[in-house]
Amino acid sequence: MTTGTTTDAVARATRADGGEDLRLVRVTKRFGTFTAVDDVTLTIPQGSFFALLGPSGCGKTTTLRMVAGLEEPSDGTIHLGEADITTARPFRRPVNTVFQNYALFPHLDVFENVAFGLRRRGAKDVRREVEQALELVELPHLARRKPAQLSGGQQQRIALARAVVNRPKVLLLDEPLGALDLKLRRQMQIELKRIQTEVGITFVHVTHDQEEAMTMADTVAVMNAGRIEQLGEPAALYERPSTTFVANFLGQSNLLGARLTGREGDRGIVDCGGQPLAVPSDRLPGLGGADLLVGVRPEKIQLRPADDEPIAGENRLTGGVVVDASFSGVSTQYLVRLPWGQEAVVFAQNLGLGERFPSGTPVVLAWDVGHTFALAGDPEAGTQAEDDVVGLRDRADSGAAPLGVVAR
Amino acid sequence: MAIASVARTEVSGDPAAAPDRPRRGRRATPYLLLLPGMAWLAIFFAVPIVTLFGTSLQTPAPSGEIGAFEQTFRFANYADAIQEYSTQLVRSFVYAGIATVLCLLIGYPLAYMIAFKAGRWRNLLLVLVVAPFFCSFILRTLAWRQILGEEGFIVRTLKELHVIPAGMALTASTTAVIAGLTYNFLPFMTLPLYASIERLDPRLLEAGADLYGNPLTVLRKVTLPLTMPGIVAGTLLTFIPAAGDYVNAALLGGIGNRMIGNVVESRFFQVVDYPTAATLSFVLMAAILVLVFLYIRRAGTEELV
Repeated sequence: MTTGTTTDAVARATRADGGEDLRLVRVTKRFGTFTAVDDVTLTIPQGSFFALLGPSGCGKTTTLRMVAGLEEPSDGTIHLGEADITTARPFRRPVNTVFQNYALFPHLDVFENVAFGLRRRGAKDVRREVEQALELVELPHLARRKPAQLSGGQQQRIALARAVVNRPKVLLLDEPLGALDLKLRRQMQIELKRIQTEVGITFVHVTHDQEEAMTMADTVAVMNAGRIEQLGEPAALYERPSTTFVANFLGQSNLLGARLTGREGDRGIVDCGGQPLAVPSDRLPGLGGADLLVGVRPEKIQLRPADDEPIAGENRLTGGVVVDASFSGVSTQYLVRLPWGQEAVVFAQNLGLGERFPSGTPVVLAWDVGHTFALAGDPEAGTQAEDDVVGLRDRADSGAAPLGVVAR
Repeated sequence: MAIASVARTEVSGDPAAAPDRPRRGRRATPYLLLLPGMAWLAIFFAVPIVTLFGTSLQTPAPSGEIGAFEQTFRFANYADAIQEYSTQLVRSFVYAGIATVLCLLIGYPLAYMIAFKAGRWRNLLLVLVVAPFFCSFILRTLAWRQILGEEGFIVRTLKELHVIPAGMALTASTTAVIAGLTYNFLPFMTLPLYASIERLDPRLLEAGADLYGNPLTVLRKVTLPLTMPGIVAGTLLTFIPAAGDYVNAALLGGIGNRMIGNVVESRFFQVVDYPTAATLSFVLMAAILVLVFLYIRRAGTEELV
């Protein structure tokens, strides 16, 4: 499933001194008969901000726990630089974790929480190191508070300081922002990115929030059912999803059933409900028969009046009728019924130029050929995932209630 | 608006005195609820303790009749009793202390295992911890007398194997009394420990390991401090009754193993020396209170969440 972009992204992100890359080689984790992580091979370059993105139960947290040493792989090996750390005990790994609900020690104050790792390793200047770490997360004044006296956002920062202060080779973040409210989450995303740039440690960030992964990470790996569906830079994943799961899980996609009918130069021509559409050749799925799905993102589509003249270099679908238009200020979301009954989603940004298309208006859908992609597989994959994710968020929130209450 | 109008109708619908009555009733409710408990405490704790204190200051009646005492205020009873029975007092606390430590050493791993490692056997194991309570305390201690007795299979086997010399007995010894105390009070240690270990967030242990703590350090720096409330509760529930126990010393010990409880029992029921018995009861109570106070201060439980 992993595409050619993999090696590109990895090569680009690798720094000159890539001697401490984290490598997972054919890692599998089974719990009884259930395979949580299925034959995952990954290279995470030193100093990169890497996100593992997927719905709940996709195996991303299990992958993280195997890197931390809290689970042992059933198969495969994990390497950090030259060292094989597959079976190393967690306290012997130069890896630290920011846990999902922070797991701050309630009996120790903030200072001692942050100093915990330093003391275990017999660091020399504990006081200075802790103070620096607290400064990094901008909470030096809270050193003598107990975790229970902190808000959710503050606890999150202390958990980060407690991990970063040890200067691990890899920092693992397990849904670190999951228990925070939306506004705080946005703020912490920027903060995390700043801290990562500042300390230059490899960050491996597990999340089910696609926006979080895309805004922060250099490289995103989308996981589903224990496997990596696609790996690459956020923009590449979004613009050129290689599976229907990725197309639906990362943002929204219109996926239309079509048949490949021929080729024209560097384009494949497909038949979509009797209308020809062009797809760049390199975006056609390699194998499989002529049946495929043509995809286009809702914001790439322009609505035109039904009598509009075609423009060269664009794909057009005629015969659509607007069935719903919801105006939200910044944009309008249209639902357009296509001649064969399928409904396409179109986002029109409110530029103040184009016309509005009220419900019932016959329209033409038009978009640049370059924004077209084609996929094989189940058009529904990944759409359900969002619902699961919401469910998970709810559960995570209720679980974190005693900690998060202060923040709310 | 809605609330205001509701309130107004309520007020206007009642006579002038009415709004006061429910409020006064509500204020009295907690005291009414406390009444049965307070009455119970007064009748079964306060009154007996005052009576007992009175008894502790009595002196033998001038008639010289056995069991006849007159109420005096002879505080020297305390000095006399402490002087005469200091051996038994100290012995009680030493035995109880050793038994408490043994209970903790046995109970902590047991409770930890039940809480974290037992899986689906957890409830069964908890029932097994409590199971001895289904049989009388005295009967169980008597059973131990049989088990450790001259004719018991343990002594016979040990003698066959030449682990202990032929003439040695396991009963009527310090070991037997402490073993009996440990056995009898183990559930009182295990249950509070279990309650507190079971609440321990396993992610904190993972965090400890992740932050370079080896298993022993995590136990010392995370697990033990966080389960301190259970340790304090368990040790108090073991130490206090064990210090005042007399059944184990009576059934499993010899003359040289008499604890303060045995002295109190014999002063009350055999020698009919009520003032000394009452005095010793008070001394025991006071000593336990002081020890417990120092212990709780030391353990610093108030700092825990």
